[in-house]
Amino acid sequence: MAGETTPVPAADNRPAGAQAKAESRRAAPHTVPARDPHSLAESVRDAALAALLAGVLGFFFIGLRTDIAPGGLTITTRWTALVVAILVVFAGRLALNLFVFRTRRPVTGRLAAGAAAGAPQLATAAKWLMRGLFVFALVLPFFFITFVPGRDRQFIDLAILIMTYIMLGWGLNIVVGLAGLLDLGYVAFYAVGAYSFALLAQHFDLGFWMALPLAGVLAAMWGLILGFPVLRLRGDYLAIVTLAFGEIIRIVLLNWYQFTNGPDGISGIPKPTLFGLELKRGEGGFADVFGLAYDPIHRFIFLYYIIFVLALITNLVTIRLRKLPVGRAWEALREDEIACRSLGINTRNTKLTAFAIGAMFGGFAGSFFATRQGFISPESFTFLESAIILAIVVLGGLGSQIGVVIASVVMIGGIEMLRNIGFLSQVFGDGFDPVQYRMLIFGLAMVLIMVWRPRGLIATREPSVALKEKKKIGADLVAQGEGH
Amino acid sequence: MEYFVQQLINGLTLGSIYGLIAIGYTMVYGIIGMINFAHGDIFMISAFIALAVFLILTSVLGFAFLPVVLLIVLIVAMLFTSAWGWTVERLAYRPLRGSFRLAPLITAIGMSIVLQNFVQITQGARVKPLPPQIQGGVTLLEGMTENGPIAVQLSYMQMIIIVTTLVLMASFTLLISRTALGRAQRACEQDRKMAALLGINVDRTISLTFVMGAALAAVAGLMFLLLYGVIDFYIGFLAGIKAFTAAVLGGIGSLPGAMLGGLLIGLIEVFWSGYFTVEYKDVAAFSILAIVLIFLPSGLLGKPEVEKV
Repeated sequence: MAGETTPVPAADNRPAGAQAKAESRRAAPHTVPARDPHSLAESVRDAALAALLAGVLGFFFIGLRTDIAPGGLTITTRWTALVVAILVVFAGRLALNLFVFRTRRPVTGRLAAGAAAGAPQLATAAKWLMRGLFVFALVLPFFFITFVPGRDRQFIDLAILIMTYIMLGWGLNIVVGLAGLLDLGYVAFYAVGAYSFALLAQHFDLGFWMALPLAGVLAAMWGLILGFPVLRLRGDYLAIVTLAFGEIIRIVLLNWYQFTNGPDGISGIPKPTLFGLELKRGEGGFADVFGLAYDPIHRFIFLYYIIFVLALITNLVTIRLRKLPVGRAWEALREDEIACRSLGINTRNTKLTAFAIGAMFGGFAGSFFATRQGFISPESFTFLESAIILAIVVLGGLGSQIGVVIASVVMIGGIEMLRNIGFLSQVFGDGFDPVQYRMLIFGLAMVLIMVWRPRGLIATREPSVALKEKKKIGADLVAQGEGH
Repeated sequence: MEYFVQQLINGLTLGSIYGLIAIGYTMVYGIIGMINFAHGDIFMISAFIALAVFLILTSVLGFAFLPVVLLIVLIVAMLFTSAWGWTVERLAYRPLRGSFRLAPLITAIGMSIVLQNFVQITQGARVKPLPPQIQGGVTLLEGMTENGPIAVQLSYMQMIIIVTTLVLMASFTLLISRTALGRAQRACEQDRKMAALLGINVDRTISLTFVMGAALAAVAGLMFLLLYGVIDFYIGFLAGIKAFTAAVLGGIGSLPGAMLGGLLIGLIEVFWSGYFTVEYKDVAAFSILAIVLIFLPSGLLGKPEVEKV
């Protein structure tokens, strides 16, 4: 796959024998005829190698399967599956070679050229897309009730889920996208928010709206507590320590049985009320007061608007903060920490505010999660959740607010849509359940999108400060997210 | 006293496994400066391969002579796991070389998710138990405690693990310090651009680094399988983080450091479980990671990183 480069010989301090080896290598290029990498034969050869590799990798995993049987483990074989996998890899690699990698005019080249030419139009299109999305989000529950009355509850529930991830993504975007601090333990603040609300409701009988600000404050405090020790760390080290903190919080929640009820979790978390009105059936409920027929969908619509407003607040605060000194300090910190310090920016306070504000929004989202589910346990706050949120932020394009929305819709919505694809089970047989492939596809999408567009889907962003005229900054011009 | 010695032996055994995984982290970090997040899952993959080969040899082909079986299992697992390590690098990291720093970390996390779920789908989510294959041992010490008699056991399994680790470490150190490949690897670690100018195939050297890391992880995977007898698709995550902690503790980029860090992490974990609480043993490992990175970022044997403007 990688082209062999001929090593340059001639060094006196090399061991004996190297000279002869180098001589033979020097002679080699003249004897081997140059191969044209664009030829069909080369494409097929390369695809065959990929298929061989797939066979080697899949042999013990697709071809064989170990199962627990009475009297020990047994091994079953699935050679057809292995052969199918090899053929799929061969065909896929061949198609990629013929159309993208090993052709003089790759298909993607034309796409890229078109995108570059249409960049200004793209910017206006993005602006209109943003407005369109906003209007759609505003009327979304009624849209689903009108157009898909049979499955409206399911779709609104999915919208709530996506909106939660958008909010989490926007919250994490402050830490990762703006301040450039790679946080792999963001789920800890989500957990703190959820548990704060659950415990406050359990012990002090507080409602959702009372507990929400408290949960935000508590999460922000934890943001400070966990942010303080890692001020000196940067890049990958910061990532791994925040991951460790996230895991520590989860393990403590799991084992501190007297306080958190351990793995059993906390149930019976109160539902939010609308100015004191409960969304319940019968006397004094929301439907009764407004003279409507009771419908459980009301509660879903209400929850949707709560998370919608919370997410909007997150977005507005972020946009405003970017224009304030602290927001500019964040972005300066992301680009170059040393330059920042030499210009007199207090990096400690700047980092801590980023951690605290990001954590606060995570705490809000956590409270909402608790009230929506009515039940929480440490199971919901694993590292995978952090990875998903980070993936949304990075794949959307660091620092891009609309990118987070697109990435959430694609990654969360797209994956959930898998459940509804009926024809797959006709193709693969009845036992085929697309849902179990969810995370596999998620991981693959993470790798592929990153390889395809390392800067994320939306790679340009509006400069927060402009001299005379606003220019678009290509993300490749700045050292994004390096934290120094 | 006897309890202490027993825990010491257990800790050294566990630490050897962590150390072998940690070498993969430390080499990759040394050469391309990224955390290979999927390395723990490569370890998990190797344990599954080892289990499958072992079952084929014993129950399908009917070999019974254990040392030969284990040797074949070891070699096959190392070869196939190396192919996995190579592929992960080729697919997820090589296209992003020269990209910004977060990019390979994200693909690494993605790869980790892919590997875990791939194994979960193809092999099932339930744990795979393997009955202990190597039993017995020698009694080193005997004594009395208030709870009754206690004997310090050094099982044959533990001996095999410690000896194999020592042999591998020695040969690996020779490989890095004496061969052309080792020289190329160290050159790339110091300055990739300069190494390329001097005719070193940098891409191939990096690939081989991943292959070596995966092969050592395969040894660790087989030992884990034989020592604990239970594997599932999720073992890579915790083992990976602990091994990374070991690499950081020993000083990232340093091979003896990785081994030393692995032994220390193993000892800390075992003593923490033995004298304090089992539930919080992972908290102990994670806290050490945080403390070391904050107060001693270059580790015990690492070179301090010089920041240049």
